[in-house]
Amino acid sequence: MEIGSEVDPSSATFSLTDEDHTLGNSLRYILNKDPRVSFCGYSVPHPSEARVNIRVQTTGAPARDVLKDALHDLMAIGEHVRATFERALEQHKVTRSMNEMSMRSGLTSQHTSGSVRDQ
Amino acid sequence: MEMDDLPKGELPPHLELQRTRVVCAADAPSYTESVQYSGAYMAYDVDNSLRMEDFRKNFRVEIKSLNEDDIEFDLIGIDAALANAFRRILIAEVPTVAIEKVYIANNTSVIQDEVLAHRLGLVPIKADPRLFDYKTDEEIANEKNTIVFKLDVECTHMGERVKNASDQLKWLPAGSEMPPDSKTKFTSFGCSQDSLPAFTSEAIASRYPDIVLAKLRPGQAIEIEAHAVKGIGKTHAKWSPVATAKYRMLPEVVLLEDIEGDLADELVRTCPVNVFDIEDMGPGERRATVARPRDCTLCRECVRGDGWDKRVQLRRVKEHFIFSIESTGALPPEVLFTESIKILTEKCQRILTELL
Ligand code: SF4
Repeated sequence: MEIGSEVDPSSATFSLTDEDHTLGNSLRYILNKDPRVSFCGYSVPHPSEARVNIRVQTTGAPARDVLKDALHDLMAIGEHVRATFERALEQHKVTRSMNEMSMRSGLTSQHTSGSVRDQ
Repeated sequence: MEMDDLPKGELPPHLELQRTRVVCAADAPSYTESVQYSGAYMAYDVDNSLRMEDFRKNFRVEIKSLNEDDIEFDLIGIDAALANAFRRILIAEVPTVAIEKVYIANNTSVIQDEVLAHRLGLVPIKADPRLFDYKTDEEIANEKNTIVFKLDVECTHMGERVKNASDQLKWLPAGSEMPPDSKTKFTSFGCSQDSLPAFTSEAIASRYPDIVLAKLRPGQAIEIEAHAVKGIGKTHAKWSPVATAKYRMLPEVVLLEDIEGDLADELVRTCPVNVFDIEDMGPGERRATVARPRDCTLCRECVRGDGWDKRVQLRRVKEHFIFSIESTGALPPEVLFTESIKILTEKCQRILTELL
């Protein structure tokens, strides 16, 4: 649900039901990092009501579009974290099995921690 | 105003420190918040906005340890807001299957019905929740949303005392065996669950075989049927897939000056987790070094004594999280983490469709 003004789309409060600090805080972070946003904050009006209000004020762009971009950014970040994590996992498993093999064959094992950067 | 003596596009060192580190003094930490506003460093010509290319370039994951139940990994280059979102989702929103309804035909043990039912609810069940649907109250239990267990034990006067453990929970793949009465039908399975390809290899059971549910004396008996459904930790902690999901910032211990001789010995002795080592600098000369900063627990013992806060500084790296997940057994810990990301994505998608 969006509560804003008819004439000025650059400021609005979005009331998201069934959401909490998990999404509220993540979105606030991403929105605040957006150069088009002049103010952004969120609140959970009451702890026993599953609702979070996100206030977005921009320097001109419609608040709704900016929020949409933030959601897309959040999804892109999630996707990148997942891809990087899975790559690191794979690499970890490979080095671990290599270490086990070299241990069995009596060689000294070298510990390499898997660090992965996904371009 | 032009500030020619400052390099363009770079923060002066003291601001860079405040931006990237939490400084933990003996009394209180400072610079604990992350600077979020995109224009915070406009005066220095530094862009503080989130740019995807930068994030992609800087974000790293390092797996430190992994086994069947636990994982520890480092998330580097991500803000606390997002790391915390993953943690919260892991605890409260990644689904598992847990016993929700217990039908008690007979319980003459000393454990009351409701306590026994609660104990059963907390038993971790090794079943992949992704293969099941959520069950609403109106829906009739079917093979896609319910797992049925039977527990039928008796302690006889002649035999040994019976300790009733979780491995005696017997899976009923064909659904409820309770006699259906005219009003309530307990389950209506379309097919037997063990004919579904996912469950043919391994029977569904408790993750641990030795959880004591009740102890019986001669003459006592328990006969019950337990129905497990899919749910999330937000509803009840029994559905939480993790024992803990936690993160901490990477500790950074900095020696502000060279610490030599007896002072070095004192420093090494002070730290309870052996963060410091002594380096031999030739005959009679010893110098303290920071050898294992990752082990630092931030007990602050090393900055407490006289003048020590001028020699040692404790910091935390703000965008470096040591994340650890302990699974209760339904899913491996690495799968739990990827599931939590999926759930965050689904949340975004739901809001996006509502905004249209
Ligand atoms: S804070 Fe405690 S654990 Fe950390 S280095 Fe100092 S004495 Fe050691």
